Amino acid sequence: MTSAVSFQKVSRHFGSVRAVDTVDLDIVPGEFFAMLGPSGSGKTTCLRLIAGFEQPTAGSISIFGERAEGVPPYRRNVNTVFQDYALFPHLDVLDNVAYGLMVKGVGKPERRKAAEEALSLVRLPGYGARRPGQLSGGQRQRVALARALVNQPKVLLLDEPLGALDLKLRENMQEELKSLQKALGITFVFVTHDQGEALSMADRVAVFNDGKIMQVGTPEDIYQRPRTRFVADFVGSSNVLPPDFVQRYSGQHRWGSLRPESIRVGRAAKGDGVAARLVSANYLGATTRLALDADGLRLHAIVPAGSKLPREGEAVTLTFNREHLHLMDETA
Amino acid sequence: MRSDRGQSAPPGLKIAAAGGLLFLHLPILLIFVYAFTTEEKSFVWPPPGLTTQWFAVTWNRPDVWEALSLSVRVAAISTAVAMVLGTLCAAAVSRTRFFGRETISLLVILPIALPGIITGIALRSAFSLAEIPFSFWTIVLGHATFCVVVVYNNAVARFRRTSGSMIEASMDLGADGFQTFRHVVLPNIATALLAGGMLAFALSFDEVIVTTFTAGQQQTLPIWMLEELIRPRQRPVTNVVAMVVVLVTLLPILAAYYLTRDGDQIAGSGK
Repeated sequence: MTSAVSFQKVSRHFGSVRAVDTVDLDIVPGEFFAMLGPSGSGKTTCLRLIAGFEQPTAGSISIFGERAEGVPPYRRNVNTVFQDYALFPHLDVLDNVAYGLMVKGVGKPERRKAAEEALSLVRLPGYGARRPGQLSGGQRQRVALARALVNQPKVLLLDEPLGALDLKLRENMQEELKSLQKALGITFVFVTHDQGEALSMADRVAVFNDGKIMQVGTPEDIYQRPRTRFVADFVGSSNVLPPDFVQRYSGQHRWGSLRPESIRVGRAAKGDGVAARLVSANYLGATTRLALDADGLRLHAIVPAGSKLPREGEAVTLTFNREHLHLMDETA
Repeated sequence: MRSDRGQSAPPGLKIAAAGGLLFLHLPILLIFVYAFTTEEKSFVWPPPGLTTQWFAVTWNRPDVWEALSLSVRVAAISTAVAMVLGTLCAAAVSRTRFFGRETISLLVILPIALPGIITGIALRSAFSLAEIPFSFWTIVLGHATFCVVVVYNNAVARFRRTSGSMIEASMDLGADGFQTFRHVVLPNIATALLAGGMLAFALSFDEVIVTTFTAGQQQTLPIWMLEELIRPRQRPVTNVVAMVVVLVTLLPILAAYYLTRDGDQIAGSGK
């Protein structure tokens, strides 16, 4: 099957900065694909390479089997929802949504009808006559979505589209985007720095760092089986364990990752387990996050709220199921 | 700051404000009055008599028409040149980063910061060095130097306020460069261009200093007026012309004011 988007050894350099560094990537048609990484990791540049706002310094990009290098943004069947929405302030909402059809020469009654339908799709029917300035942030976001979808793109690119929304609205939009993507069957490529957002929405996640892809996989893969220290730390703040420590429990001299929720905190005892001291406890609502010091190694544990907690500074013993200790690729 | 609505300003302030306004506008009224005087050799107050004969005299003087037409043509063409160059320059400076960007920005603004007499002398010596004869086009060139600045300043301010991703959004939605300019860039900078253009036209229309250095035998309207003041006869003709100029320029300026006032709301509504 042809990939929706395929990168072969793609690089994009800005002067001496390697924003994207020999990236290979295959996005399956119809999937919800997230690009996750800290700012400056190259995820947005990758998105702009797909949109056509950037051209690769080296390598080749194809979109549904067609070579994309040198093809300007306006000749790609790809649409973008921008981080700041980039709605046209001088046009009303309906004309904003119909813009793509207007420049393609679609007749006025036809494009107005298509725009009305797109507005219903994002649950903003009847908002056509308003100006973008009269809408709330969440509504502008929907208009931007409708404006992209009305063109029936093969790939929809979303550049941190939920970044400017408040928490409640963001959670609603996550669900809505997910069900919209399922209903339309369009390939969504979503850029975010929020690991929770990537894990909850995407079918597959690519974790970026320093212009390179660290790991691609399902959210479960990424979360449970990180391949590198960076992925373990960035996705869900796992405990990254040095090889010497890991060797004691697994016999292999490799870096390991242990989820904070996999650690059980008990009273100080002889025998199995790691001797540690409680440094601090942070109440998070449903859970409490404990910072622990195990002979100079800083560990975090998450325990359900309401558990009986040791006092700060008290000695404790940490135990965990050996299966939960995940060995990573890195040995040094 | 607190605004005390409903509370009247102290009388001293009112008198000062009225005095300031009178000082600004009374001389203009005086010019209007002298347009109707019967005394043609000098301006005496009060006018010995009132007449409307000077309107007919002005209408029949070919030199008035020549000067007026030259001024209008020079202003129109300088403004047109300035609108194209100023917009292009503003777009380049605000859209892209390149080596020497700040320097170019400064060089573009410089002509309006320099005294007109420097610009005039510089252009005059440059023209004679290149052996370009003084003509209509040398006046246009001279005026364009400061008209560009006005348009540039207006356009650059508007470009800064419009989001850069709007152009990308337009391209993303299938519009090529020309369509993007026509449907997105132009509507967003139109009112700024209109305001810049009006100002450029007005600046060019009453420019004296640069014109005296770059004109040959031609007389633009302001230069014609200066010459006319030295002549002993038919003085009120100057006042008639001044009066007409005031009335004719006031209308478009008022129009531009109302146009940009509404336009700013449109352009700013996305912010």
